[in-house]
Amino acid sequence: MATDMQPILQIQDLNLGFSMRQGVFDVLHGISFDLHRGKTTCVVGESGSGKSVTARTILNMVPPPGKINGGRILFNPDGTEIDLTALDPRGPAIRQIRGGRIAMIFQEPMSSLSPVHTIGSQIIEAIRLHRDVSKKEARDLAIEVLKQVEIPNPDKAVDRYAFEFSGGMRQRAMIAMALSCRPDVLIADEPTTALDVTTQAEILDLMKNLQTELGMAIMFITHDMGVVAEIADEVVVMEKGHVVEQGDIHQIFEAPQHPYTQKLLNAVRRLEEPAAAKVRPAGDSGNILRVENLQLRFEKKEGFFQRVTDVTKAVDGVSFDLKQGEALGIVGESGSGKTTVGRCIARVYDPNAGVIDYAGRDLIAANKNQLRDTRKQIRMIFQDPFASLNPRMTVKQIIAEPLIVNGIAKGQELEDRVAKLLTEVGLDPGMMERYPHAFSGGQRQRIVVARAIALEPRLVIADEPTSALDVSIRTQVLDLLLKLQAEMGLSFIFISHDMAVIRYFCDRVAVMYRGKIVEIGETEEIITNPQHPYTKALLSSVPIPDPKLRGTRQRHRYVTET
Amino acid sequence: MIWRYILKRIIWMIPFMFAVSVVAFLLIQAPPGDYLTTYIAKLGESNELLDQASIDNLRARFGLDQPLYVQYFKWVANLLQGDFGMSFEWRQPVSDLVWERMGLTLCLSFATLLFTWAVAFPIGVYSAVHKYSIGDYIATTIGFIGLATPNFLLALILMYIGVVHFGTDVGGLFSPEYQNAPWSAAKVWNLIEHLWLPVIVLGTSATASLIRIMRANLLDELNKPYVDTARAKGLSEFALIMKYPVRVALNPFISTIGWVLPNLVSGAVVTAIVLSLPTAGPLMLQALLSQDMYLAGAFVLLLSSLTVIGMLISDILLVLLDPRVRYE
Amino acid sequence: MSDTTTNTTPEDDPHSAAVPAESHLHDAPAIDPDKAPDKVAIASQWQLTWWAFKRHRLAVFALWIIGLLYLVSIFAEFVAPDDPTKQNRRAVYHPPQMIHLIDRTDEGIRIRPYVWKMDRQRDPASLAVSYVKSEEKIYLTLFGRGADYKFWGLWETDRHLFATQDPREKFFIFGADRLGRDMFSRILYGTRISMSIGLVGVAISLVLGITLGGLSGYYGGRVDAVIQRMIEFVLSLPTIPIWLALAASLPPDWPIYQQYFVITLIVSLVGWTELGRVVRGRFLAMKNDDFVIAARLDGASEGRIIFRHMLPSLSSHIIASLTLAIPLMILAETGLSFLGLGLQPPAISWGVLLKEAQNIISISQAPWLFIPGGFVVVAVLAFNFLGDGMRDAADPYGH
Repeated sequence: MATDMQPILQIQDLNLGFSMRQGVFDVLHGISFDLHRGKTTCVVGESGSGKSVTARTILNMVPPPGKINGGRILFNPDGTEIDLTALDPRGPAIRQIRGGRIAMIFQEPMSSLSPVHTIGSQIIEAIRLHRDVSKKEARDLAIEVLKQVEIPNPDKAVDRYAFEFSGGMRQRAMIAMALSCRPDVLIADEPTTALDVTTQAEILDLMKNLQTELGMAIMFITHDMGVVAEIADEVVVMEKGHVVEQGDIHQIFEAPQHPYTQKLLNAVRRLEEPAAAKVRPAGDSGNILRVENLQLRFEKKEGFFQRVTDVTKAVDGVSFDLKQGEALGIVGESGSGKTTVGRCIARVYDPNAGVIDYAGRDLIAANKNQLRDTRKQIRMIFQDPFASLNPRMTVKQIIAEPLIVNGIAKGQELEDRVAKLLTEVGLDPGMMERYPHAFSGGQRQRIVVARAIALEPRLVIADEPTSALDVSIRTQVLDLLLKLQAEMGLSFIFISHDMAVIRYFCDRVAVMYRGKIVEIGETEEIITNPQHPYTKALLSSVPIPDPKLRGTRQRHRYVTET
Repeated sequence: MIWRYILKRIIWMIPFMFAVSVVAFLLIQAPPGDYLTTYIAKLGESNELLDQASIDNLRARFGLDQPLYVQYFKWVANLLQGDFGMSFEWRQPVSDLVWERMGLTLCLSFATLLFTWAVAFPIGVYSAVHKYSIGDYIATTIGFIGLATPNFLLALILMYIGVVHFGTDVGGLFSPEYQNAPWSAAKVWNLIEHLWLPVIVLGTSATASLIRIMRANLLDELNKPYVDTARAKGLSEFALIMKYPVRVALNPFISTIGWVLPNLVSGAVVTAIVLSLPTAGPLMLQALLSQDMYLAGAFVLLLSSLTVIGMLISDILLVLLDPRVRYE
Repeated sequence: MSDTTTNTTPEDDPHSAAVPAESHLHDAPAIDPDKAPDKVAIASQWQLTWWAFKRHRLAVFALWIIGLLYLVSIFAEFVAPDDPTKQNRRAVYHPPQMIHLIDRTDEGIRIRPYVWKMDRQRDPASLAVSYVKSEEKIYLTLFGRGADYKFWGLWETDRHLFATQDPREKFFIFGADRLGRDMFSRILYGTRISMSIGLVGVAISLVLGITLGGLSGYYGGRVDAVIQRMIEFVLSLPTIPIWLALAASLPPDWPIYQQYFVITLIVSLVGWTELGRVVRGRFLAMKNDDFVIAARLDGASEGRIIFRHMLPSLSSHIIASLTLAIPLMILAETGLSFLGLGLQPPAISWGVLLKEAQNIISISQAPWLFIPGGFVVVAVLAFNFLGDGMRDAADPYGH
């Protein structure tokens, strides 16, 4: 390691406050760390840790109520030090640095590009702001960077709009724009968070290659320890506006000092293997659910006569069985149809064809009363605990709703049952008069779980129940579900994009791709010995939270033969 | 792509205009009785009496004895040939009466639209960028008052100030010497000199609401990540605001033309009556009151078409401006 | 204070694109931070809305103004010192008189309301009438006697909120019109009609808008397409010409209540389209919200889903939209009556009163005829401020 090298960027004792009516709230409490040329420094932390604000502060783009009230940021690209915090945030000096010497890419590739300007015009603008070139030359340079970030047909792509591209392509375009002026420092604020895991792997590869090629310093903000292990040279761990630990990647992963770092690492490491407390279904248990050739098309209708203008095959002939007491995972990327399968079984959607045989009853053919009856036994847990709880009802009303509408309990008995349910999911029954806004994300998901088990169901469809939660809370909710499974003998259909969560929770897994199940089998079997090329690609893309294994595995790419 | 959309949009106007013509016809038929009843009553006031035979004769001549749907189809058939029928009251073809007034109405509405945009756009942008500044508060307050003051009241107040403090009558669109003069450069200039007052009166409330719309739209856009992207590129604050969020916020602003134009046309009617402008409003009111149905019908129809055209223009502008709409 | 932090880190899920990135930062609703957390935790929708509303000082002030206006319209007969239709040939275009509270007399200073009496003079040459302040005071008293009236048509009385001590004297706070009628009393009666037309019109709009918008939003598909085209059509009609045509078809000799009802109906034709669109949009969006799907999976009936789960989320928005629709109706009625196509005298509304100001000669002689216009502006402003405040407060849970 070249420790003798002068850091290109030094953050020293940076303090940032948000001035409110009640006074100034500090969101950064004297943080310090350095960036080095040719190195990737990962800034890790959960939501609210202050990592994004730090990134913006480097470019002196603090959002309005915020104010730098201590410390400096020294930028030293060529031997002369510039204190970025001392520059006028609107002045020409800092503008010369923004985009020219220090570039930034953002999390949401959709909303980070202007919807009404072509990709090319946005890149050309960046080039011409910092380089003295003609429009024609700038356009050629733009095509060149688009080629560099591996966008196909760059000379055509340059005249396209952002919404004509997929998420991954947009993020490539963002990177192209950021790199168009050959910056010394690249700040990437969760650039892969909104992307599918296979796309994430490609973008990470791309960034690594570009760094070797261009030798810039990268500050990479993420909350994902797996991504950190994949790309970081140095790690800075942030919690609630403090840097709690920083150091070399191997040091952080092998000997984490601070309890928060340990907690983050434990949370991901626990997901590296099946849960210890998992109850396997009895070998001789029968099927509770059999799905055969399930199909659902979404039709886009337009105009006065409701003509069908577009058809999407969301679910295209899916079949599987679920044993009593078993947890079946459905894994896939966005648009694979996994959520739709779950919602078809709950009959939120009406499938176009197929059989959903639940305990001998075909749910597709079921009438209203039968459906009502089975819905007591098949319950659902939603992804976003903020959207799935009615903010206008108290926790008691929410949990009691299924008990009331099914005429199961009322009065004091109802209240006792709600209290018992809350205790079961680990919440204080004294809080039942509260509204959902008084609870954190993890607590809300527990309320959702309480509502799901209120009717003592036999089958629970959990649609990404942990993906809206911070990593450290994720395992808690999974453990709660495991406990309930053991106590109540529940069967699960567990939908997730995250292979680690599936591995922790599920006995078997079905891999979905474009509306079809491409592979199904025992979870461990599939993970250790995938057969289908898509499964291979998916598994090889999942970041491994161990920097020592970096570069030891071969990345598979899956391109459909259509 | 664009041309197909525009063509589709224009074809859509056909059933729309048909519906408008039905509504217009029903409206002018709504009052009990017909023009003859009013006419006879008027004659009765001056002690002139018509015998039943000549009443029937007149009724047949005007076609008022036929069933409603026949009258309607006759009317529409003539409309398609550019014939709006005869005005009972003026004993003149309706088309002779309406076009100049419609022209002035269009001229007034268009001038007001330009005024409205020219004022609302910069103020709206300023208000959003300098949210909660003194300038924003002033703009918001004036905007609210403009919204709350009925056009005719504003017109009255301005007239009152004109008469009492300046001793001039500010009504009308022409000085007396040009009133009946043929069109000339001098007359056009005279029109422009008179236009500002009705334009202000008419434009205040639309300006006020456009300021609020622009401000709200821009405030939404200012926090979008693409603004940060542009800032991180090193663009100056002014350039980046004008090039990105304002450009995006312009789309809903443009689409307001669809309802601003109908509003202006509507408002112009009342304002014109108060300021005695030679536009469509006063004549239409008179025609409605005397049940001069073809004249009234022509105005209702033409004014409605103006609004339909306004919506068409806004839709087309939107397609030209917003690639996302084009892409769909 | 998390809702003001920009450090947003949505969770690692690629599928949460539909979920706004900041959603989990809106954990705490927008309320006073100094409220005790326990109180906030058990605060219902309406309480949160009220707390948020109370922070809009202007909206609260507007609420007071509107309350006052409605109070005055309810007790118009009692508050008005005179019969609004009573003509007084000796008070034609009588100018407004200031009420003085502190009475300086030889006996000392006392608090006692009075106005200066005005003497009528006629210029011998031009025969023009003018009023000159005299040295005589007319004392006013609370709950004094004045013109007879039947309160709410129920019982007869001659007590008024305030009146001259000597029932033979008259006073004109807002002056008198061309027939010598007391403008102040007329405006109060006009307030009753103008303010109530807004309410009744909004009620009609509400029924139309919610029914059609709800149908459109809930069923979607072809029903939606038809209703949408209809709303577009109505929206594209130029309102005033259509109103004029409609209003012109009313026989002028109809009784007041019949005129009132029909004018209200005409006026409400504007309001429902906007309301219908709001309701439709919200219904469409909410139909696929997770919490509504959850209610369906709980086994709740369609009726329960709509009334127990969806409407409470809509109600505050609907109320805000209604509040913003009222001023449009007031303006519409005023405009129509002003043109002589709305309510006809002897009915009194702000528009009818302003019709008196149409003539440039009368207003240059009696500018106080503009006063009803001031009431229109104040009422419309107040409703706008109130509606804006309510709209901002309507969703205390963030977006």
